[in-house]
Parts: sequence; structure tokens; C-alpha cells
Amino acid sequence: MTFIKKILVTLLAISFSLFSGCSEQPANHAKGVYMLMDTSGTYTQELKQAQKVINFILSNLNPGDTFAVARVDTGSFSEKDIVAKVTFEDRPSMANQQKRVFREKIDTFIKGVKGSRYTDISGGVLQAIEFLTEANAGNNLILIFSDLKEDLPEGYTRDIPLQLNKMSVVALNVTKLRSDNIDPREYMDRLSDWENRVQSGGGNWKVINDLERLESIMQF
Amino acid sequence: MSFNDIFMLAPNPVLSGLAWFVILTIVLYTARVHAHKAISSVGRVLHNAMRLSARSVMRSEKRMIERNKEVLLSQGQEAAERIIEREFDRIDSTVQRDLSEYPALHRHLSEEIMKIDEYYQASTDVPPAPPGWVKAVEAVAKIPGAKGDPMVGSVLEDIHHSLVKANTKATEEYRKSSHKRHQLLNKMMPHWRKVNQTLCHVDKNITSLLERSNSIDRHMQEYEQIQKQTDRSVRMLSSSSLTQFFVSAFVLLIAVGGAVINFNLIARPMSEMVGGTSYLMGFQTSHIAALVIILVEIAMGLFLMESMRITRLFPVIGALHDKLRIKMIWITFSILLILASVEAGLAYMRELLMQDAAATRALLRDDSIQVVESSYLWITTAAQMGMGFILPFALTFVAIPLESFVHSMRTVVGILVVSFLRSLSWFLRLLGNMARFSGEMLINIYDFLIFGPLWLERMFKTKNRDDKKAESEQHSDTAQYSSL
Repeated sequence: MTFIKKILVTLLAISFSLFSGCSEQPANHAKGVYMLMDTSGTYTQELKQAQKVINFILSNLNPGDTFAVARVDTGSFSEKDIVAKVTFEDRPSMANQQKRVFREKIDTFIKGVKGSRYTDISGGVLQAIEFLTEANAGNNLILIFSDLKEDLPEGYTRDIPLQLNKMSVVALNVTKLRSDNIDPREYMDRLSDWENRVQSGGGNWKVINDLERLESIMQF
Repeated sequence: MSFNDIFMLAPNPVLSGLAWFVILTIVLYTARVHAHKAISSVGRVLHNAMRLSARSVMRSEKRMIERNKEVLLSQGQEAAERIIEREFDRIDSTVQRDLSEYPALHRHLSEEIMKIDEYYQASTDVPPAPPGWVKAVEAVAKIPGAKGDPMVGSVLEDIHHSLVKANTKATEEYRKSSHKRHQLLNKMMPHWRKVNQTLCHVDKNITSLLERSNSIDRHMQEYEQIQKQTDRSVRMLSSSSLTQFFVSAFVLLIAVGGAVINFNLIARPMSEMVGGTSYLMGFQTSHIAALVIILVEIAMGLFLMESMRITRLFPVIGALHDKLRIKMIWITFSILLILASVEAGLAYMRELLMQDAAATRALLRDDSIQVVESSYLWITTAAQMGMGFILPFALTFVAIPLESFVHSMRTVVGILVVSFLRSLSWFLRLLGNMARFSGEMLINIYDFLIFGPLWLERMFKTKNRDDKKAESEQHSDTAQYSSL
């Protein structure tokens, strides 16, 4: 009798531990995407392209995923620069509604956007890291829609190592500046610097200039 | 200390090699007898171990063959009993039905026969006397005086006329009576036909019973063969079991296809109910929920089939009291109906979700192509709902091939195990023989490595033998001389 009791208790313990272990929601299935939009100078003309990228990402995200879009301006290490952010509901129909609302917010922002004087990409990336860490998503992606030319106001310190911790960073539509045309090494150095910063921070770096090939963005 | 340091006994590598060869040859030659014994004993040990293992495996194979035969025969016996039982049930129901109809049939036939008899009696009434007057008329007409005397002639003429008239009347009456008889006979016809039909029906029933009895005879013969455990019956059952295995596996594959379609129909809308982000054992909870619904449907189908005594996978259900069994039929059927309705609803929801997703995608693409509301969209919606409703009931019938599969699998697995054991036994024997001959081969290789000392030994032995031979010859010669 005691032997049977022991077996029953063991089976109950195993099944309880199995189900309690299984029912934990593993966070690593959710995706977190943070997109930085450069709104400085002439780059505001490229924001129509950014809108397409945002729509593409929205259509590829699933319930439970997190998405935020922030502008890059003079001082981007601030929550105020987040244009829109959302964590999609569990139910697909609700998630679809949230996607529509998100799109409308972005449309409104792009219609009324004004170009900023400086470009604080590093601050934006730091803000992105903070946001994605809080979102606690399993797979994180930071998109930088910019020419990657950083232009900081006097007194701003951005020489800070990035703690990316396996996050993927994708630079989109890195346009060539007039000076790049004169000396292409500037452009190459710019890309190389960012690559080094990202990889030394433990992240993965990628550049996509052809916006017709956006499918590879979501493979992170 | 490297290998080179050990190897290089002399500054020249060739000399070192030769030195090593000589040393090793001497060592191997010295240890030759013991090495031979060790090698041959290892070979023998391995050979015997393998042979014993092979024998044990062969015994297991024989036991397995016996077990397969027992399983086959018991299954065959059970199946034959089941068939014969059903045939008897059918005969019983036919006989009961016919026998219950027998009094009515008898009464019906009696009534028909009575009516026929009545008509027959009525038709056999004596007709009016044939016109015998003809002769009287002819006799009157032949009276000789009639031609000479006009008065007699007129009297006779009158008599003739009245006789002819009476004759005509009698003939008419005769005709009428014949006509009446014909009519009576005509009325008998439907009754004859009815009797014929009834007898045909009886004949049909009797023929059916005879056919069934022939079928029972055939099954009984098979049953007797199984009872006698003849090789023919075993072969027949084995072949039938393999056929059943493959056929049921094929049908189960089709059922799996149906289940997959069913799963796809309800997995997406399930995420709307249980959420699309939670995971269980690495799988989406919505997918698991959809799978569970399908599995519950299959389980309910199994219970329904068991309760209806179509399958016999759970003897407990089959042995239930009839009232309880019927209750169980209704309960399982109700659950299936509810699940089928739920699935139909989910299929409808799936369509709505897909439309919503398509509209959102179109909006996000921001292209000019609008999602057109097709007037034929209701067809796909209805088809999905129909499939969602029908597939659970279709999956119910999985129980039948599943039962065949489970039963035939016992035989198939048995056959596979026998084949495996046979192969294993052959392999073990092969290994044993290889070990034995490898031992012999190793001894030969060993001797080949020390061919030099062996050659010298043989030479020495030959020389010794020759010397001894010469010595013994010399001794014998001396002895001969001394005797002379």
C-alpha cells in the first residue's frame, strides 16, 4: 500500500513539475522592434520610405510582439522622442486593430514632421536598448533609418559603449552624402565605425540599402 | 622520450629496424606455443559464446513463432466466431420474421385457395342439356307423309319451326352458361397470381436461408481448420492479417490527412480564444487546444463505435448493460454534435479573421488594390463551415481501421521480430565462425612473422631425424654382421 502511495505521490510530483514548468510563458518567442527615424536636415525627404518600412514591419509582427518608432533629433536619449509604441494583444483581431491605429499615428507624424538641427543617433540607440530591455522580448531588433552621420550639439557626451546583448542592429537606407561622393572613404569609415560599435557591444550588424529587399529584416 | 629514441638502437635506421626485427622474432618465437594457445582459446571462446547466443536466439525465435501462431489462431477463431454468430443472428431474424408472418401467410393462402375452389365449383355447374332435339326435328322432317298431305305438312312445319326455335334458345342458353363459366375462370386468375407471388416470396426466403446456411458451412469449415491448427489456416490468417494491416494503415493515413485539414481549420481561430502568445511545451497553446479538440473528437468517435458494438477495442464498454450502453451512445453523440457545431463556428470565425487580416495587410501595403468583397465569398465560408461540421463525424469512423490496425499489428510486429531474431541468429553464427577462423588465421600470421626461426627449427629437426635414421640403420647393419 505504501509502495502504491509512493508511486502516486511521485507521479503527481512529476506531472505537477512538468505542467508548472511548461505553463511558464517563455519570453523568447516574442519579438521587439525599435525603429529610429532620422529627422535631421534633408533626410526628412526620405521619411516616405521609412513609412513603407514601418508598414512592412507592422504586417510581419504577431500578437505579443512589441514595436516602437522614435525620431532622431538633437537629443534622442529621451522617451519624448518615441512617436508610437505598442505591444500587440494576444488576440489576432485586436492586434490588427492596434496595427491600424499605429499606422495612423505614424502617418500623422510624418505629415507634420519638422527637420531637427542635430542628429543624435547614439542617444536614440541607447534609448532603444533601454526600451527593448524593458519590453523583455526574446528577439530584439533596432532599425536605424538614417545616413548614420552623427552631429551632436556641443556638450553632449555619446562616447558610451553600447550594451546590445545579442540585439540585431540594421541600418536602413544609408544614403551617401555629398562629401561621401567626394571621398567614399568617409562613407565606408562611417559604416565601419558603427559596425565596430555594435559588434563590440555584443550585437549583430547589418546594412540594407535596397528597400525592395526588406524580407531579410525580420530574420533575426 | 619519443618513439624515435626508443626505435633507434643504432645510428642507422635500417640497422635499427633489423635489430628490432631480430629481437621481436626471438621474443615471438620464444612465446610461440603460449601465444598459439592464447589465440586459439580466444577464438574458441568467442566461437562458443556466439554459437550459444545464436542457439538461444533461435529458441526465442521458435517461441516467437509459436506465440505468433497462437495469436493468429486466437484472432482467427474470434473473427470466425464473430462472423458465424452474425450469420446465425441474420438467419434467426429472417426465420423469426418469416415465422411470425407464417399464420398470416397461411390464412392468406387458405383464403385464396378457398376462393379458387369456390370459383372452380361454380364453373363446374352442369350446363343445360345439349340440343337433343335436333334428332327429333330431323325425324319429324323425314316423315314421308308430310310431303303428300299439306295439312300434315303444315303441322309438321309448325312443329319443325317450334323445334328449331327451342333449339336456338337452348343453344343460346348453353352459350351463356359457357360464357359465365369462362368469366368465373377468369376471376380465378388474380387469385392464382397472388398464390404464385406468395409462393415465390416463400421460395426467395428459403433460398436466402439456404445461401446463408452455405455461408455458415464455409465459415464453419474455416473454423474447424483453425481449431485443428492446420498450416493452411495459419498461412491464410497470416496473409489476411498482413492485408488488413496495410489496408487499415492506408485508411488511417487518409484519416490523418483529414485530421490535419481539420486542425488547420480551427488552429487559427483558436488563437482568438486562448491567445496567440502563450506556449506549452514549446508549442502555441492555440495549436495544442485545436489538437486536443480533434483528439477528443476521435476519442468520442471511438466510444461511440464501441457503444454501438461496431468495434471491440474496449471490452468494458461492450459488456455494459444495454440501457447504459444506449445512454452512452446518446452522450457521446451529443458531445460529438456539440464539438462539430463548435468547429463549424470556429471555421466561420477563421474566415472573418482572414478577411480582417487581409484588409489590414492591404491597408499597410498602402497600395491601390483594395480588398474586393466577392459575392461568392459565402461559398468558401459555407464550405469551411460544412467541413468543420462533417469532419468530426467522419473522424468517428477512424475507430474501424484503428481496430484492424491494432489487431493486425500484433501479427506484423510478431513477424518482424521473428525476422529480426532469425537475422540475429545468422549474424551471431557468422561472428562465431569468423572468430574461430580468425584465430586460425592469426596463428598462421604469427608463424609467418617468425618464419626464420621456424625454418631453422625445421631444418634442425630434419637433420636430427636424418642423423637418427642413419644411426639406427648403422645399428641394424652392425647387428646383422654380428649375427652372421
